[in-house]
Parts: sequence; C-alpha cells; structure tokens
Amino acid sequence: MEVVYGIPIIGVLFQFIGYVIEVTPGIAPIVVGLATPIALGALCGVMCERSGIVNIGIEGMMLSGAFVGFLAAGLWAQAFPAEPFGGPFSATPALLIGVVAAIAVAMVLSALHAWLSISIGADQIISGVIINIAALGFTGYFNRLLITPNPRLGAGTFSTFRLPPEVVDIPVIGWILEMFFEQGPISMSVIVFVLLLQVLLFRSRWGLRTRAVGEHPRAADTVGIDVIRLRYRNVIVAGIFAGLAGAYLTLESTGSFQNDMTSGKGFIALAAVIFGRWTPIGAWGGALLFAFSDAFGDAVVIRPPGPEFAQLGPIMEAIPSQVYGALPYIVTIVILAGVVGRSVAPAADGRPYVKEGQT
Amino acid sequence: MTAATEPKERPRPRQGRVARFVQLSIIPFLAILGGLIVGALVIIVSTALTGEIDLLLPLIAYQSMLEGAFGSARGITFTIVAAAPLILGGLAVGVGLKAGLFNIGVHGQFLMGALGAAAIGAYVAGASPIIAVPVAIAAGALTGAAWGFIPGALKAWTGAHEVVTTIMLNYIAAIFVAYLITGPLEAPGFSFSRTGPVGNAAFPPLFGTEIHGGVLVAFGLVPVIWWLLWRSTLGFEIRTVGANPDAARYAGMRPAFLIILTMSLCGLLGGLAGGIQILGVTGYMTASYGSAIGFASITVALLGRAHPVGIMLAALLFGAMRAGSGLMQIGEADIPPEIIDVIQAAILFFLTADVVIKKVLRIRAPDAEPSELQTVTKSYGSGAPT
Repeated sequence: MEVVYGIPIIGVLFQFIGYVIEVTPGIAPIVVGLATPIALGALCGVMCERSGIVNIGIEGMMLSGAFVGFLAAGLWAQAFPAEPFGGPFSATPALLIGVVAAIAVAMVLSALHAWLSISIGADQIISGVIINIAALGFTGYFNRLLITPNPRLGAGTFSTFRLPPEVVDIPVIGWILEMFFEQGPISMSVIVFVLLLQVLLFRSRWGLRTRAVGEHPRAADTVGIDVIRLRYRNVIVAGIFAGLAGAYLTLESTGSFQNDMTSGKGFIALAAVIFGRWTPIGAWGGALLFAFSDAFGDAVVIRPPGPEFAQLGPIMEAIPSQVYGALPYIVTIVILAGVVGRSVAPAADGRPYVKEGQT
Repeated sequence: MTAATEPKERPRPRQGRVARFVQLSIIPFLAILGGLIVGALVIIVSTALTGEIDLLLPLIAYQSMLEGAFGSARGITFTIVAAAPLILGGLAVGVGLKAGLFNIGVHGQFLMGALGAAAIGAYVAGASPIIAVPVAIAAGALTGAAWGFIPGALKAWTGAHEVVTTIMLNYIAAIFVAYLITGPLEAPGFSFSRTGPVGNAAFPPLFGTEIHGGVLVAFGLVPVIWWLLWRSTLGFEIRTVGANPDAARYAGMRPAFLIILTMSLCGLLGGLAGGIQILGVTGYMTASYGSAIGFASITVALLGRAHPVGIMLAALLFGAMRAGSGLMQIGEADIPPEIIDVIQAAILFFLTADVVIKKVLRIRAPDAEPSELQTVTKSYGSGAPT
C-alpha cells in the first residue's frame, strides 16, 4: 500500500480509502446502532409514500415517541420498580411499557396526518410540518414541566446483546455477526422489519395494492380497491416505525430525553427513502450510509490517521472537527442533489385522492 | 405593467375592501381562538399532572400575558420589537409560498444573517454610524441570501426538494456558527465565546425607547414586498411560477432562474431578521445563539395567508405572545414559556383543518388565494423543474 500512497494527489485518495477501511471495523457496530432511527424512519416514509402520502412529520412522530416512551417508562419504573426479566436484553416491564407508549403516540400522530392529508385534503407537507412544530412545542413544554424538576426519572436502557467470544473470533463472519447482532432489541428488529417490508411490498397482495394506490389511485379504485381505507391503514401502521425510532433514542441509546433530540433524523430518513428509490432495502442502505458519515466524524476525532497516511493526516487535521459533526447533514444534501433526478417517486405521491363525482 | 396588475381575473362579486378583509380573516381569527383554547386545556391538564386541578390558571396566565404585552408603554415597545424579526421571517416564508416553495430554512438563514451582521458589525464598530450601520445590516442580509441561494440552486438544478435541504442547512448553519464563534471570530477578553461588540454599527434607539432602526426596516419592508409581489413584473412571474410552472415556462419565463432568485430573496429576508436582532437587540452573538424565530415564521406566514399585511398582523400577535410570556412565567401563573409553541402548533392545526371549522360553524369564508398553501407538495420528488 505504501507504494500507492506515494502517488501525488491520487495517493491521498488511496490513503483516504485505506483509512476508511482501517476505521470501519471499529465503528461498524456503532454505525448499525446510529442507523436504527434513520432506517426505522425511512421504513415509515417508504410505507407512506408507496401509498401516495408524503410524510414530512416523521421527525415529529419520532420526537414524540422518544418523549412519551421515556416518560411512560420512567413513571412506571418509579411506581412499580421491578427486576429485569431474564434474557439477553435485560428488559423491564417499564421499558416495554415505554416502547408501547412510544408506538401508540406515533400512531396517533400518524392518524392525525392521515386525516389531514386524506380526508381534509390539506397540503401534506404543511400537515407534516404542523406535526413537527407541535411535537417540538409539546415535548418542550412537558419536558420543562415534568422531567426537568424530576432529574432521577428514568428507566435505564435495554442492554446490548453479547455474542459468545468464540463466534466473534471467527474471521470476517464473526465481524459481520458482531456488527449486526451486538445490538439492542430495537436495532436488531430493524433487519427483520426491512426484509419483511421488502417482501410484503413486492411479493404480497397487500404490497401490490399499496403500490397501485400510490401510483394510480383511480385505476386501483376501478378494480375495487378502497383507496381511502388502504391509505389510512398504511399511514397509521407506518407510525409504528416512527414510534420505535423514538423509543430507540430514549430507551435503547441514551436513557434520557433532551429537547429536539431527533436533530433532523426524520428528515435524513426522508433522504434515505429517496436514495433507496422507495424500497425498504435501499432505504436501509441509505440509512447505513448516513450513519457511517456520522460515526466516521467521531472516528476521525478519536483515532486520527496514523503516520502511514503521510499526506492525509495533515489534511484531515486541518479540517475543523465541527465539519465532521456536520457530515451527515452535508452528505444528505449531496446525496439528495445527486440522486433525486434519477430516482422517481410513486406517481401519485402527495396527491390527495378524490373519488370521481365527489369533487 | 398593466398585465402585471391583474394576473388572475375572475368574476367576483364586487365588495368593499373592509368586507373582503373581514371575510378573509374569519378563519385565522377562529384558528387563533382555537389555539388559545387548546393552550388553556394544556395548562389545565398540566396542573392536574403536577398538583391540583386549577381551572382558572389559564385565565390568570392569559391575563398576565396580555398585561406583559400591552399593559404598559414598555410592554407595547417589547411587543413591537419582538414582532420585527417575525415580520421579516414571515415574509421569508410567505414570498417562497407565492412561488410554490416551502422555505422552512428561516432558522438557518436567520443564524447566518445574525452571524454576518455580528462579524462585520464588530469589524466596522469603530467607523462612523452612517457607514457602519448600513454595512453591517447589508452583510447580514447578504449572508442570509447566500444561505437561501443554496437550496434554491439545488432545487432548480438538481430537483432536491427544499423542505429537506433547508432543514439540513439549518443544522449546518448552527454548527458553522458554533465553529466560527468558538474559533476565528471569537473576541478576546470575555468569559464565554462571543463576537466583539458591534459598537457604532448598532441600530440607535428611537424615541428614547427600545424600538430600534431595524424595526423600521421590518415594518417598511411590508409595503415593499407587497409592491414587489403584486405590482412588479418580477412578482407576477414569481406568482405565475408558483401557480403553474408549466404555464410560466410556455409564457417564456425561466422557472429555474425564478426559483433561485426567490429562494435567495427569502434568504435575504431571513438574514435581515437575524441582522436586526444582533444590531438592534443583543449587540453581539454567542456560539450557542438560538432563537425560536425560524419555526414561528412558518406559523406567521401561514396565519397571515402569505400576504404581507396578514404577515404583519400575525407577527404582531406572536410578538405580543413572546413579550407577554416573560411575565406569565415569573408571575403567579408560573407557566413554562414553551406554552407559546403549543398554542402556535394548535393555531397551525386549525388553519390547515379550516374545512372542519367551516363545517362545524356553518360559515362560508372564502378559501385562501388559490396559489397559496395548496401548491407546496406538488413538486415533492418530481425532479428538477426545468
């Protein structure tokens, strides 16, 4: 490699690739964790947009889920302290209650969005933005009122699954298993959801109907599909994913709640949807890419390029560390700008459906 | 110019301006009422959560809010000063809506404008005020415009939707500001990271009150933007692109150019909002400088139905709420100021669900102008407009 690194200009590029390869094994499990809320948000987006509803409110649903999940778990733990169940994730009743509460509140917000955009025929982006602003307002208000004066509130987090060391030591396979399975329960469930939704969307009757409703609702209507009902159902069910994403943030990742802790992840999820061309697996790939750019920023700060990357080291040191913090947002914009023209949204995305004769 | 004045001639029963204004403001008025009722319910619920149920607390809260906003000459000046950046932010959203663009990046444009004004203001702090003030405020406006140019260009050239790119740029702006103010722009000799004092670049106070020159800029821009949108050729083109980009293209207009120009103009207005806050109110900028102006601007623009006069009235309402929230918090009511965000979201909800209000109350209010509020989603995911 030393030979390649010596080439002027291109050598720096090779050094960069070499550095990425060097740090990747170390940050891979973190990447999968960081990708979890983005991937779940993206699944919510895929499901909504495949049925023809643009959902900008994923961010707000996530934030509300994070808050309500944390609050419910904390209050339950305070009222009924209990030992964790046995098993790998050290789940407690409080944590499970929290997850259920997070999902419930996100589904309620989803239903609101569905009602505004399907029945009322409001602009779907404005409806989504309302959900985001409402989530910021309500969580900020009740955070100040209920959580700030009660600093010991909390139910801890789910613990990470540990593989037996013999498995981790297997070359390559062990590393891949470690990356995907040394995770908490919500992160692990993402893989299942992605594959399940991919199969359902493209191989099941429900999937065919959903895609029909998103591409050409009138045609779907003529063959007897209840467009309005299917859209309602899909948007509300998609809320489950946004709620889980929120639950991940407070009940699996940090164990606390801060105002605006989603920090744009719901919007990055939308970019992942577009990047993945409205397929669950593609969106997951997008989520992993964004999460990688996030974790890479931390890696550069913690483990800067060593002496073997002679030219790269000074360059990366010259870039202020804040730039790496902004990396996920910059990557989102770049990906959106580069991909969007070649990636085609479902034809009826964002258009309210009005049955003929009802206009 | 005659073509520009009447772009959408529709047979409409002749009615007085006052009657039309009243008709148009029924829905916003009811939405505000609804928002206040929701706010009251939330306050009652929160008393139930933290102690005993107190049904009168919302009234006490709203009373102290009113007192804080209008109870004294000082309160009124606070209201006006708080309304000024909201007017500019509201215009930054409203002008975009007219072109079919949903600019939710006012937060970032505000931060960048504040940064530009603070940096250049500190640089020219020693110059004569006649030079320093215009230079500093122009710097704020231009950095804001540059920040608005980015999503405009991305939308026009690549089709990346402005809703996602502007949100990303909000976060990038916050990180950029934190970097510059803890690094290259940090002024020495303070216990915390901040820019140097703006000195002579500060807006001089007017009439011996807190009202500063930036307030005049904000209120003065209301008729200017109205003229630009409804009396100039450019405004006609902006509104045509918003209403129907295809028609605009066939008529020989350039949608891509107009999108970039409009977003830059939105950014300029958002940057001005940040600039007048720095030069008129705080006098310097901290690394964690944040404000609620960005998201409040969206509510202001939608409540004002994307019309400059409506935006001004909505901004005064929100300015009053912000000015009054201080008293509400420290007075006997003791309500977290975040209640304003709750009320704001509820107002937005009722505005969007206006169909419901109309049905429930059986009123026949006209819809918002057709090009407004219903055009934003059209361009989502559909690629570049050219």
